[in-house]
Amino acid sequence: MHYNWNWGVLWQEPYLGWLISGVGWTLAVSVAAWVIAFSLGSVVGVARTLPNRWVAGAATVYVELFRNIPLLVQLFLWYFVVPELLPADWGRWIKRDMPLPEYTTAVVGLGFYTASRVAEQVRSGIQSIPRGQSMAGYASGLSTAQLYRYILLPVAYRLIVPPLTSEFLTIFKNSSLALTIGVLELTAQSRQITEYTFQGFEAFTAATVIYVVITLTVTAGMTLVERRARMPGFIAGGR
Amino acid sequence: MGFDVGVIVQSLPFLMQGLGLSLLLTVLAAAGGIVMAVALALMRLSGITALSLIAAAYVNFFRSMPLILVIFWFFFLVPLMIGRPVGGFYSALIAFTLFEAAYYAEIVRAGIQSVSRGQVAAGYATGLSYGQTMRFIVLPQAFRNMTPVLLTQAIVLFQDTSLVFVVSLRDFMTATTIVARNEGRLIEMYLFAAAVYLVICLAGSLYVRRLQRKFAR
Repeated sequence: MHYNWNWGVLWQEPYLGWLISGVGWTLAVSVAAWVIAFSLGSVVGVARTLPNRWVAGAATVYVELFRNIPLLVQLFLWYFVVPELLPADWGRWIKRDMPLPEYTTAVVGLGFYTASRVAEQVRSGIQSIPRGQSMAGYASGLSTAQLYRYILLPVAYRLIVPPLTSEFLTIFKNSSLALTIGVLELTAQSRQITEYTFQGFEAFTAATVIYVVITLTVTAGMTLVERRARMPGFIAGGR
Repeated sequence: MGFDVGVIVQSLPFLMQGLGLSLLLTVLAAAGGIVMAVALALMRLSGITALSLIAAAYVNFFRSMPLILVIFWFFFLVPLMIGRPVGGFYSALIAFTLFEAAYYAEIVRAGIQSVSRGQVAAGYATGLSYGQTMRFIVLPQAFRNMTPVLLTQAIVLFQDTSLVFVVSLRDFMTATTIVARNEGRLIEMYLFAAAVYLVICLAGSLYVRRLQRKFAR
């Protein structure tokens, strides 16, 4: 195997700058997409557990639709197809005037996709609460909205901290797909450095190390949160 | 410009070739991944600290990397190690197998742990060796318990094979894109691709649900 090692390339300009900006875009995509995924996923997940059959049905359709189409296809649909299918004015605005078109599309696509996964976690969290709690809530005169607000959701969210952490890490890793529509995030930058310098080992190693370090940091941070969120008496933990 | 079904019909043979490659990649990577996963899970549960640490490190390492980066790694690495270009398929197959092994390993570990400890004890008590206990008693029951989860992961893997697009390997997704760009029919082609993936994955997950109900009985 012939390979000319040159770790110094990582510290040279412009390559160091590329890596740093790649990390920035990766985090920017992940965090913004997570905001969509968490809020929309919460709404859809709650909707799936509601007594109204139509609402629950619509939420189920959402989840099945977004879970069973590959994320890459969804990104391309958002990027190439949706602007054409919208009313002409909107389509023109998206193509011409929308700020940061690639970034925005990646955030929306990743957010809507991950929302379906978050929804499943929220639903399973709510459904893992013993039925007696809902019955007790209704018996004491709470409305459905109050039942969710005061009884079900506070417990459900504490139960699903660990799976939500791994969903966030999934979004963080999946943000690399943004490169397919032209966002120069971390993976894209490491490939670009490889193409410019042929130092693939160094560039991919740098990206790998950064991904692993961020994953470990998030995991460690969330372990602290999990410890505080755990509830005695539930399967998901507690002493 | 209307919705042109003709372009889909016309390019169907080419697209089906791509789909064939996607399915082949899924089956081979799933098979290879599961074999590796059994080894990793047994290492993890072996009680030998060094082995279990190696397995844990492997699993955590691959689980913290994006699949696209792994695909790039092997696309770059494999030709360098062999000394000649081998084509995208083999490097993608290696990437998917190693990557999926990490995810399958956690499933297999949970499957093995779902077999009650008494079974292992009974195996040793009847004079079976460790290998025999695993081979004839623990693994058959573990695999029965985890079949639905393994299949669900295979569906995820099938969706993930679309990522070979980034190294231009001609799977279903790449084939769709080639037609879409040549014919200037992005809307038709990507909607069609979405429909095909949706039907296959939905059928798969409905089958898994039926299987789960059967096993639960």
